[in-house]
Amino acid sequence: MKAGSHLEKMFAAGHFAVTGEMGPPRGADAGHIHEKAKYLKGMVESVNVTDNQTAVVRMASMAVCRLLLDMGIEPNLQMVCRDRNRLAIQADLLGAAALGIKNVLCLSGDHQKFGDHPQAKNVFDIDSMQLIATCKKLRDEGKLINDHECEGVPQYFIGAAVNPFADPFDFRVTRLAKKIEAGVDFLQTQCIYNMEKFRTYMQQAYDQGLTEKCYIMAGITPLKSVGMARYMQKFVPGLEVTEDFIERLKGVDKKKQGDEGIKMAIEQIQEVKEIKGVAGVHVMAIEWEERVEEIVTGAGLLPRPEIS
Amino acid sequence: MVVAESKPIEEILAMVADFDKILLTGCKGCVTVCNAGGQKEVGILASALKIARKKEGREIEIEEITLERQCDPEYIDQLEEPIANDKYEAVVSMACSVGPQYIAKRYEDMLVFPALNTTFIGGSLEHGVWAEFCQACGSCGIHNFGTLCPIARCAKSLLNGPCGGSAGGKCEISPEIDCVWHLIYERMSRLGQVDKMANVVMFKDWTTSRDGGPRKIVREDLKQ
Repeated sequence: MKAGSHLEKMFAAGHFAVTGEMGPPRGADAGHIHEKAKYLKGMVESVNVTDNQTAVVRMASMAVCRLLLDMGIEPNLQMVCRDRNRLAIQADLLGAAALGIKNVLCLSGDHQKFGDHPQAKNVFDIDSMQLIATCKKLRDEGKLINDHECEGVPQYFIGAAVNPFADPFDFRVTRLAKKIEAGVDFLQTQCIYNMEKFRTYMQQAYDQGLTEKCYIMAGITPLKSVGMARYMQKFVPGLEVTEDFIERLKGVDKKKQGDEGIKMAIEQIQEVKEIKGVAGVHVMAIEWEERVEEIVTGAGLLPRPEIS
Repeated sequence: MVVAESKPIEEILAMVADFDKILLTGCKGCVTVCNAGGQKEVGILASALKIARKKEGREIEIEEITLERQCDPEYIDQLEEPIANDKYEAVVSMACSVGPQYIAKRYEDMLVFPALNTTFIGGSLEHGVWAEFCQACGSCGIHNFGTLCPIARCAKSLLNGPCGGSAGGKCEISPEIDCVWHLIYERMSRLGQVDKMANVVMFKDWTTSRDGGPRKIVREDLKQ
């Protein structure tokens, strides 16, 4: 065991793992977190807590992670390189370990241009690959980036994101391999709306033996409407939405599109489960936490296996 | 070269609003090459300011002078004569921001204003278009990236490949900006060096960059 988190144990026991995601509030209301998180409890192994996602200021991921722990929910601390230099990142990583956070997800971070503080100065002192390496060095060597030894070595189950749909496609599996070399234990993919491309990507990863070296979780986000699908298709760089998704949503009454989206998400989970090398799913029900139970149940993934 | 562009005329008019006699100084260095602050642009700005002030009913007297360079003390000497006779209330420099700082240092009692926004170290792509190519990190490693700079040209200065927002060869922040990592990948492929991109590039030492504090080069062999 690297960190002995629940998520890690589930993988180690050979279970098909499920993670969820929630975005902290744009304010100091802890009640909001309890409200959202209660829908995820018992549905997933652990919950990603986003870190100023889309470069919009929100309650600190680490604080929300601790609140989740208090609720008996295991968190995955997302950490981006946009807002912190190596001093702050390492300080936060040490603090997270002290608070009992065991899963860390290392990300570059969306550029602040599209966020709510586009005038901000960004940092990017280190990148996501180096952030993975930082976590690994802290954990495996007990040392900071500068080789200084830590008093009290933190334990993390190290995660990161991969996007099979961004360009150049031929480099994407190499980038996955680099994340493994840097020290990643598990990976979550960008939302999948191009199943063929995902299959090709996973096949390449499998053929290169990469799926043996880390746990890869397929990213699933249920579509709420044709509008949401079109928005993602047109305006989210690096996201591909094939027309069949849109056509299927169009085929039902507008009021039923959400239900259809949930159904599609369930089918997707069933599909990815059969793909070699997929070790779990990461369900990102954006502002739709209350429907996670339906998705996980529909996919036949409830109840979650008990594990000590 | 250092690439700069003119500030909006309104901003420059506001800077000189209190003055009736100014010295407008261009530079024959980089800003001439990028058509922002050479002799020609000095003439154009002087005319624009005069016309605007005339419309306000408060004419302004402007002397135009374009120095060899404003980033070298010996050429600042060329301002000695026009400034010495105390004829001007302010100097407006059309060099990169080094110029107005040099002039202010030499003439401690003179008000000096920048007419340009100094934007980046770059080059021209075509007539009238310039782009950033270097961030002056002080430790060049572009040969490791197909001779393309990810620090200056990747919006996130990533060192290990394109982020998840790279789409169709373009950067997530704008369809007008190339994803430099896409370009690096293509060039490394052409050079048969794509295998090198599989190596994890570790932490950059930023001490040679601005992060190490304002920088200075001392060349003992050249010092007198």
